[in-house]
Amino acid sequence: MATKSLKARHNRLAENNTQLDILNGGVFADGELPYFKDKIENIGKFPLRPKKLEILQINVGYMCNQVCAHCHVDAGPDRKEIMTRETMRQCLEVIKNTGAHTLDLTGGAPEMNPDFRWFVEEAAQAGIEDFIIRSNLTIIRANKKYYDLPEFFKKHNVHVISSMPHYTRGKTDKQRGNGVFDKSITALQDLNAVGYGMPDSSLRLDLVYNPSGAYLPGNQTAMERDFKKALIEDFDIRFHNLFAITNLPIARFLDYLIASENYEDYMYALVEAYNPAAVENLMCTNTISVGWDGWLYDCDFNQMLDLKVASKVKHIKDYNEDVLNDRNIVVSQHCYGCTAGAGSSCQGSVTE
Amino acid sequence: MANNYYDAADLRKFGKITEWSEELGEKFFDYYGKVFEEGALSAREKSLIALAVSHVVKCPYCIDAYTKDGLEKGITKEEMMEAVHAGAAIESGATLVHGVQMMNKYNKLSM
Repeated sequence: MATKSLKARHNRLAENNTQLDILNGGVFADGELPYFKDKIENIGKFPLRPKKLEILQINVGYMCNQVCAHCHVDAGPDRKEIMTRETMRQCLEVIKNTGAHTLDLTGGAPEMNPDFRWFVEEAAQAGIEDFIIRSNLTIIRANKKYYDLPEFFKKHNVHVISSMPHYTRGKTDKQRGNGVFDKSITALQDLNAVGYGMPDSSLRLDLVYNPSGAYLPGNQTAMERDFKKALIEDFDIRFHNLFAITNLPIARFLDYLIASENYEDYMYALVEAYNPAAVENLMCTNTISVGWDGWLYDCDFNQMLDLKVASKVKHIKDYNEDVLNDRNIVVSQHCYGCTAGAGSSCQGSVTE
Repeated sequence: MANNYYDAADLRKFGKITEWSEELGEKFFDYYGKVFEEGALSAREKSLIALAVSHVVKCPYCIDAYTKDGLEKGITKEEMMEAVHAGAAIESGATLVHGVQMMNKYNKLSM
């Protein structure tokens, strides 16, 4: 398993254009598979247009204590891109004035941003209905300075969404690195201990499952049932919901697909599983994604491919919801990942 | 044309069998789809049965399909291998149980 990001390894896939060339070439360029744009044009959905903004997703940096094999952010300890306090202030202005009901902080490991706690304290005052922090769990046990994170999360009543690839050690460690499973289990127990994830608790703890390889996620409800049974029986761990997320062919997952000679089969699987019913609720239609440097994107995946919003407003400092809502959403072949099967978003399936 | 009997890429074309017999093909896929829905048995359990049977009927397409299906359903490799052993045990048992016929015949023909 690689211990550095694609960027640090000077891998050609660290270049966005190389990724886009691969995604638009091969089976798509020779017409074997249809372009995503054509698929949604067939159901009268192209150009894809935004609905009312509901979720503001902010990526506060690509630094992470893990180097997961599937990471579409290409995050890792060697990534130095970190949101500054100045950009955070610009975000706070927007958070206070937006009609969005959900604020979603992500990374990397968002907790590694030196201004993370300041930002959370400020943002928690803004009266947002659902304040999400996406935690990789192991950060809670990575260093003493993070041990109090469960209490900190509780104090600000944030909704914790945590990555948990599988309820078995082998699968989790293979995707995320040796020792990740044990640390994740301890972190979940720490979160449970302060009240997160309990059946009647308002302290929401949800898990994110994504496949450990070149296949699509199964039925979200069935996966949640299996996770709950295993985690309660083996570790006495409780959580609320499981979100099943499809891996998109971007960055390190794309690198894995190509290196393991699974790329073409995976794209076939995504196209074959295309579900027109999922188009209506694609996350890009109700979300704005803010990059660590303040640039705006239709989703986190477009952010990683540097596909900025097709709008006059492109940066958080110029934010204007009305202008932004009058845009066409930028799509490419990776978007098949969000329309496969029951559909996929940062909140899991979109059709069930 | 590939110079071998099995081509993994042919699995993607399975759905095309309806092109030469639409009615029967569609009836088959309707039935097939229904069989693997959640029922008295979970879809997970049915996937493991299908994986075991795939080995017994020695269908490489089915083995690929149900290994992938098992991964999608979160089934572990240990569970998959146990299912294969269950199929193999029945298959070898089915061979061995005919040994009783052999013994019967042997005894009948022998003084």
